[in-house]
Amino acid sequence: MGALFNSISNLGETTHKRIGSIGLATLFLIRIISSLFTGLVSFKQVLKQIYFIGNRSLAVIIVAALFTGMVVALQFYDTLVRFGSVDLLGSAVALSLIKELGPVMTALMLIARVGSATCSEIGIMRNEQQFDALDCMAINSYRYVMLPRLLAALICTPILTAIFDLVGIGGGYIVAVHIQGESPGAYIQGVLDTISYKDVVVGQIKSLVFGLFIIWIPLYYGYYLHLSQKNMGAEGVSNGTTQAVVMSAIIMLFSDYIVSSLAL
Amino acid sequence: MVSPIISIKHLFAHYGNTQVLNDVNLDVNPGEILVVMGGSGSGKSTLLKHMLGLKAPSSGTVMIDDVNIITAKNKQLQQLRKKMGVAFQGGALLSSLNVADNISLPLEQNTSLDTQTIDIMVRMKLELMNMSGTGHLMPSELSGGMLKRAGLARAVIMDPKLLFFDEPSAGLDPTTAVELDELILTLRDAMNITIVVVTHELESVFKIADRVVVLFGGEVVANGTVEEIKNSTDERIQNMINRKPNTNKDDGEVYFNRLLNKRES
Repeated sequence: MGALFNSISNLGETTHKRIGSIGLATLFLIRIISSLFTGLVSFKQVLKQIYFIGNRSLAVIIVAALFTGMVVALQFYDTLVRFGSVDLLGSAVALSLIKELGPVMTALMLIARVGSATCSEIGIMRNEQQFDALDCMAINSYRYVMLPRLLAALICTPILTAIFDLVGIGGGYIVAVHIQGESPGAYIQGVLDTISYKDVVVGQIKSLVFGLFIIWIPLYYGYYLHLSQKNMGAEGVSNGTTQAVVMSAIIMLFSDYIVSSLAL
Repeated sequence: MVSPIISIKHLFAHYGNTQVLNDVNLDVNPGEILVVMGGSGSGKSTLLKHMLGLKAPSSGTVMIDDVNIITAKNKQLQQLRKKMGVAFQGGALLSSLNVADNISLPLEQNTSLDTQTIDIMVRMKLELMNMSGTGHLMPSELSGGMLKRAGLARAVIMDPKLLFFDEPSAGLDPTTAVELDELILTLRDAMNITIVVVTHELESVFKIADRVVVLFGGEVVANGTVEEIKNSTDERIQNMINRKPNTNKDDGEVYFNRLLNKRES
């Protein structure tokens, strides 16, 4: 009886904590967004973050996109050739990349590169009292530290996704035309005929939503690192970063389903 | 009689169920250097956080320059903080900015001064801290003493009325610690700043303090001049001054339990 009571009690406590965390994370996001109206955003900081999130992710996005496009083309070719529909290869590659793989793969790459770096940087700033220092200098840390990162992520993610889509389609072209010997015209025509304006918009909306989760969750985990004593120190930053990356990826994939189901 | 610039009344603070500050009352007069002294876990850092408005207490008031920092509205708090400077233990410089950008940050964010004026002010403060020519360095390239001095330069860049120090000489070699103490005295004399120092370094306390407040187990056990503290008959203060271990076993147990409770909460 005692064990059952303990289990129920623990379940209740965990649920209470989780709901509390969701509330706190939401409040955190509201504070970041509302800081937009409390003064000028540092343009220099936004540019710095655009460089960090956008420019410095470009190489990894291009490489990932190229191989993703090549693999997708290879797999589709293998399937389509069985049904004698190889002329649909361009359409299949373009649609799968623009509607799904482009936004998701870009987001995953950014979570791995930007999300982890952001969470550990913010966590270390918290550990070293840098946020206390900002508060004491009458500087709004939401506006000075968080907002430029959020804006940069929202600007960069759709652009990087578009680059991923284009490079991916190019990777598919290499496999279709240069390796499998298909006609270049058929591949390009397939791409152009199939993609609709709606497909591109949905892909971009997805990437915008993912951009939010890529940065919001790591910022939240880093900023509130001090709420748990066990999260302090180097190990705490490492734990917080791991949790932030896992949680960002899960929430991103969940939101992918929601946006996809709303768009269909 | 001069009215105090800081006035703390009946301040109580808790971490979870553990009481950290117990009915703390103290005043800081304009232009004086007040040192809050105490051992580890005595509540001195918590007291500092309450004075800076970084934590909300369980009850009590903290008046700074006639503003209750606990109930102050955000705008009022921001205005008050522009009159305050804080030198954190490890410097707390923003790791993504170089030394000069760190020091100029409060001016850039809180004033409409032009870049040229800000640069001149930064150079002056660096010179005051004996750090000329280091503006281009990143915080990771500085030694512990330089980090503290750069943090201090940032703390005084707005010419504050009030300056707070968190363990200024902790972790420094004796020579650098003495230099920093002299710098604190120079700042008080040159800029007529009221200074509050939280420390457990006795040499520093006796060198710089106009008045000393001793915290023990979250309570103020003594408040007086350096001579009064040195001549105190309180065994706990004498143990601290003479670097003797505390013989009161209950206190050790209380401290241990407090640590455990803190971890659990």
